[in-house]
Amino acid sequence: MVETKSEVFGNYSVLGKPMPRVDARLKVTGQAKYAADYEFPNMLWGQIKRSPYAHARILNIDTSKVEKLPGVMAVTTGKDFGGFKWGWSGPTRDEEPFATTKVRYLYEGVAAVAAVDEETAEEACDLIEVEWEPLPGVFDPFEAMQEGAPLVHDDRPENICVEYHWAFGDVEKAFAESYLVREDTFQTPRMAKGYIEPPAVIAYWPDDNHLVFQGAKGSPYFPYRILSRCFNLPLSNVRIIQPFIGSDFGGTKNDMVHCDYAAPMLAKKTGRPVKLVYTQFDELTTCLRRHPMWLTIKTGVTKDGMLKATYLKAIADGGAYTRMSPLTMFLVGTCMTMPYKLPNFKYDAYNYFTNNPSSAAMRGHGLYHSRFAADVQLDMIAEELGLDPVEIRLKNAIENPKPGEVYETVNQVHMATCGVKECIEKVAEAVNWEERRKAKKVDGYRAYGIGFSAATYNSGTKLSAHNACAAIVRICEDGSVNYLTGASDVGQGSDTIMCAIAAEVLGIRLEDIDLKRVDTSFTPVDPGSYGSRVTVLAGQAARNAALDAKRQLLEVAAQQFGVKPEEVEIKNKQVFVKSNPERSMSWERLVRTACYETPGKVIIGRGYSTQGITILGLADLSKGLGDIGTNYSFTAQASEVEVDVETGVVKCTDNSVIAHDCGFPLNPPAVETQVQGGAYHQGVAAALYEEFKMDKGQTLNPNFIDYKRPRAYEAPMTQVIHVITNDPYGPYGAKEASEGSCCSAPPAVINAIHNATGVWIKELPAEPEKVFWALKKKREKEQK
Amino acid sequence: MKGEPRELKFTVNGKPYELKVKPNTLLVDILRKNLKLTGTKIGCLDSACGACTVNIDGKAVRSCSVLALQVNNREVITIEGVANGDKLHPIQEAMVEHGAIECGFCTPGMVMSARALLDENPSPSREEVREAIQGNLCADEGYVKYIEAIEIAAERMRGGK
Repeated sequence: MVETKSEVFGNYSVLGKPMPRVDARLKVTGQAKYAADYEFPNMLWGQIKRSPYAHARILNIDTSKVEKLPGVMAVTTGKDFGGFKWGWSGPTRDEEPFATTKVRYLYEGVAAVAAVDEETAEEACDLIEVEWEPLPGVFDPFEAMQEGAPLVHDDRPENICVEYHWAFGDVEKAFAESYLVREDTFQTPRMAKGYIEPPAVIAYWPDDNHLVFQGAKGSPYFPYRILSRCFNLPLSNVRIIQPFIGSDFGGTKNDMVHCDYAAPMLAKKTGRPVKLVYTQFDELTTCLRRHPMWLTIKTGVTKDGMLKATYLKAIADGGAYTRMSPLTMFLVGTCMTMPYKLPNFKYDAYNYFTNNPSSAAMRGHGLYHSRFAADVQLDMIAEELGLDPVEIRLKNAIENPKPGEVYETVNQVHMATCGVKECIEKVAEAVNWEERRKAKKVDGYRAYGIGFSAATYNSGTKLSAHNACAAIVRICEDGSVNYLTGASDVGQGSDTIMCAIAAEVLGIRLEDIDLKRVDTSFTPVDPGSYGSRVTVLAGQAARNAALDAKRQLLEVAAQQFGVKPEEVEIKNKQVFVKSNPERSMSWERLVRTACYETPGKVIIGRGYSTQGITILGLADLSKGLGDIGTNYSFTAQASEVEVDVETGVVKCTDNSVIAHDCGFPLNPPAVETQVQGGAYHQGVAAALYEEFKMDKGQTLNPNFIDYKRPRAYEAPMTQVIHVITNDPYGPYGAKEASEGSCCSAPPAVINAIHNATGVWIKELPAEPEKVFWALKKKREKEQK
Repeated sequence: MKGEPRELKFTVNGKPYELKVKPNTLLVDILRKNLKLTGTKIGCLDSACGACTVNIDGKAVRSCSVLALQVNNREVITIEGVANGDKLHPIQEAMVEHGAIECGFCTPGMVMSARALLDENPSPSREEVREAIQGNLCADEGYVKYIEAIEIAAERMRGGK
């Protein structure tokens, strides 16, 4: 029998208890509308004309034949955008809505059409005639770095997209003093974001000067700002209405894709709503991907396994445009000094432009690459020293700082809480580590092994410029409440958390609050859903806004009771005098009194987050110093694998335990799905299954049949253990949940394969063929 | 594209429909575009993701892999037809209560696969549950709570509490 777990944390009315998500009913009945589910009267369908070359100059685009096709209403090319360029930050604006002079990856968009139906739009694209001059290309960073290699961007010499060189402490001296120094090279695969909902958008202009945009964008204030600049509109006239989002994971649904420009431009030209929906083929061949990365890591340790120094060299394939690569390469380096104490650290990062689709952020952004390399190498070191993997981790783990104290790493990353030791201990205990490690490893053609890992992730990510999240709490006269947020729930469960925090503060129930998803005409501005920032920062905004509304209500209550506002409290929808709870009134009566008593009040609470901006300063990307996170989560994981030694097929078993320090689990089941999902879909997937196969810029497996995804029949039934550290910088102690387990899963699985078979798979994914050959090589070596 | 429209008679969520459809029209397009039943999602059109799963005569079928004319005289249930008015189906109820749902894009297909399973096999083993939803890709929640929710629903439907 399956029990519904009902673990309860803390002593709150709403928070810390399992709560059904506020949008679950809409989703489970099919009522939740995603971008592609919308249509408007008089709507046209758009389609993108794409390049058949990975690298080519555009000599001419002739659209004259298209315009004569019945049913075609408008055509647009890059020229219509008047030289507009955009990018992740001011200095990296290197991309046009549609290429005008040169395409830099296969199927890059060069034009778009709007027609009365999808078939006509498709046919119209075939009639656009483009004169091309194909150019030689570069298809991995090692080709791109060759002297005299073709340039992806003529103004970017040597194809260098990002380069960092950081050094903290004295790495060379530490290596010289080390008992053991190891150098290994690892590789992470080129991966799809993997969400099931492809990009889709519908846009229209209610008049010449106002744009409405409804798209599958996880960070709607990105298109708000970008489209304002693109169409030369004041921000006040750009209205982004957010539908439900079928997951994000960074990149494509933050940043713009061709359809996000095509729909507004074609709608402007025709005066009609225009809808574009990508196919999964469009998504998998042209949208953003996780960077493939080559990581050479050199680590020195003492005889008893204490880390002395690490030198990491990371080489990445950035793809055609800069996108978020500067942040990626920062993240790869910055948290190397966690979750273990590392006194000396040096980092060289090189990210190259290539003629592949652009790489960008993805769940576990940056840290996943380097944590994989470092945590597998740590097992290699432990083996050489004769230490147990759990023992070496416990020895090196950062201690949880005492209350009021802050731990500082050598690169000036700060944390007030660190539960990694407790995570490691709890996982080892739950999985019966010592026993299982010694257990029989071979059963016929199957070999079993178990692996361990630990990881960290930044939460409440803060970048330069605008960081604050905001909220508006509108008290309706009948006692119901509207919650207006600029933050976006793309599946992580933040809408529920925002409502729960507001309910907790106001002393009412979760179901009394109705959350309004982003509509930039009404909701407050917000940076976006990335870097595990929403719960931590929008959560603080929720608390502040609800406190502001509560303060106004308590003033009214105090007047009614003839006491001071601080003497009144609200709990379970009852308003009462603290010293004499008999003197009370219902929540509804208080609200009605406030609204109706002449001249009548309008209660609106406002609040925004401040934590990300002021507490510990901002990170310096080029020097690698400082905090990208408001706080940091910690994770430990043990995974068992079953290896078919005849075929090389590896699968995770149900012996899988993750302990996660999210500070405080505001909604425990949501933390569990986040941790289980992050570990499986973006972690185990990288370790065992997913990789785009490429041939000169062409993606050979752009569908979910040839590109293997993690499915239910192989899903480990991962047990999640909550580790509570109550971080002072998170709302109610909270930190991130999910990106940490994206980082802990790959090393745990690879270490488990080694435990089962004795082979190290250093290039992900450990697909059957790779494991088969590694086992064969090992057998041949043993026979000699 | 060239074929002449033909007569299609079928029921969707208990309601009879008579339509003229082109022979190359997919069932998923009829459901979403003609009948406006957008709870059935399109993820891949390759029969690989399961977001478009519906029940045809009680079986879980991907509506992107079926021509509309193939369901002539058949009974189709979509996600919109699963709950009984305001009362959720036990599978839906368990998924909501157990916290199985994240972004929700795969959820309708997941419910339809589970519904077909439990109608045919009220006491599935865990392996049978996994097998029933192996064609339904999720991208964010890890399947654990989906599997558990289907088991909880099975138990409730058998008359447990």
